Amino acid sequence: MTANVKTITVDRGEGLMEALYLPAILIGLGLTVRHFMRNMFGKRDVVTIQYPEEQRRVSPRYRGRHRLTVREDGFIKCVACYMCEEICPSHCIHIDAGEVPDKSVEKYPVVFDIDELRCVFCGLCVEACPKDAIRMDTGIIALAASHRDSFDYTRDLLKDVYHENEKTKFRSVPLPLTEEEALPESVGRIVR
Amino acid sequence: MDILLHPVTQALIKIAIIVMGFVMALGTVLTLMERKWMSAVQDRIGPNRANVGRFTGHGALHIAADGLKSIFKEDTIPKGVDLLIFGLAPFFGFISAMTVWAVIPFAAPLGPVTFQITDVNIGILLVLALTSLGVYGAVLAGWSSNNKYALLGAARASAQMLSYEIFLGLSLVGLFMVYGSVQVSTLVEQQNTYWFGDVIPKWGMFTQPVALVLFFTAMLAESKRLPFDAPEGESEIIAGYFMEYSGMRWSAFMLAEYITVVGIAALTTTLFLGGYNVPWLHQDGFHLFGGFLPVPAWLVLLLQIGSFITKVVLLCWFIIILRWTVPKFRFDQTMELGWKKLLPVSLANVAVTALVLLAIDTWHL
Ligand code: SF4
Ligand code: SF4
Repeated sequence: MTANVKTITVDRGEGLMEALYLPAILIGLGLTVRHFMRNMFGKRDVVTIQYPEEQRRVSPRYRGRHRLTVREDGFIKCVACYMCEEICPSHCIHIDAGEVPDKSVEKYPVVFDIDELRCVFCGLCVEACPKDAIRMDTGIIALAASHRDSFDYTRDLLKDVYHENEKTKFRSVPLPLTEEEALPESVGRIVR
Repeated sequence: MDILLHPVTQALIKIAIIVMGFVMALGTVLTLMERKWMSAVQDRIGPNRANVGRFTGHGALHIAADGLKSIFKEDTIPKGVDLLIFGLAPFFGFISAMTVWAVIPFAAPLGPVTFQITDVNIGILLVLALTSLGVYGAVLAGWSSNNKYALLGAARASAQMLSYEIFLGLSLVGLFMVYGSVQVSTLVEQQNTYWFGDVIPKWGMFTQPVALVLFFTAMLAESKRLPFDAPEGESEIIAGYFMEYSGMRWSAFMLAEYITVVGIAALTTTLFLGGYNVPWLHQDGFHLFGGFLPVPAWLVLLLQIGSFITKVVLLCWFIIILRWTVPKFRFDQTMELGWKKLLPVSLANVAVTALVLLAIDTWHL
């Protein structure tokens, strides 16, 4: 397939003008001074995002912090099948299963902890989940805290925040009911 | 009044005003301005976060923040350094950058008061001697650091600065021949004479354009800024000769760099941009095309000081913008440029200047 390959001869401008070096510097100075004048005195077109105040919209596909989705009746979707815990390469998911009376579901996670400090944000847990119960589409990209414990995200923390997500404006999952109603036997630890 | 007019008192007052009020201030402001201006060139905003309450002053507080930070930072001294030399080295660069100001005139003398710390008759030669002390800062810092990168940086710095010093001096020889003096006050006064009646000022940039380029290049190399920053060479030898320094000592190197920038600007202004001279402004007023506009002496003084400071600040701006324009030279390219290109050019410049001056003398052109 060499037919489509074009040979372009680039003029490297060899000769006296190039050897003098000064004309090239002047051309370069023209460019930098133009940018300088525009940004100092004219219309500033800087590309900087003033980070904590201004935030960039993240793509919906961005693997941010996890969230646990809920069913239409507000109960957590996860059936505690341990698929995600099993596949997680950094062993940062910890699940304890409990029983639900609903025989079509049988199990639910009494404890569902993710140590976000160990997580490598590979997204394998999302891939593995048979119930679409865990997702990483919160758009939360900067996890920062002053204490290690704050990164131990518990089930309720993971479940609760998705409807507050202002950035991705994710609205396809119904808002949850109250915590007690959705998870009567929750023992999730809330660390703020 | 007598004690105020005593030369020593005068010199002390001038040192205080010039060094503290102008050089240090401008050098310090430049540390911030470099970052602000560079970000303007690169379509960014630059530092703007340091704040007291809600006041940030568009980043002006970063100057104070930087100072405080480096004072309170731990001053790490690595194992095996030569403590005495390690401690002394930062000051060599500093001192050599400062002493340039001893001979720079800010305005024409007014009666018994001169606006120049001292007007020694070897003028520029003194400056050349003192700036060449700067190489000790780099060499001693690299040598005493007990670090191979630092030693490499020091080796590069010494080679580069010694080579560029040669045509730094040579580039000025033409200037000395044209103005017939090495005394700074004479050099500057001579630049207020005119060609074609009173139209084109005989500034160094018009009488010796080639020397201007050579001198400026050599001075850039002396300051070890881009495109001649091989001695620091972040991408290859980390920070070169001062990589082991931290805290306030490191700041001394940084500040010395900016004071050198101000010094380059002042020297170039004095030698090539007419010093404090405003075009067509003489001690009694403006002379142009036979016309005459009288100006009171105090206004002449203010205009001269203003013109000097404006020129210096504009040149500082130019030096900084230049840093963000030109790519870095490899070390061998630096040396090749110096020895194979700039040295012959500066020799040719001297020869041509001599011939032209001889021609003017012989045929009374
Ligand atoms: S994203 Fe990867 S590392 Fe993080 S919890 Fe899921 S499987 Fe584990
Ligand atoms: S999140 Fe999904 S994969 Fe993990 S235990 Fe629950 S249902 Fe299974």
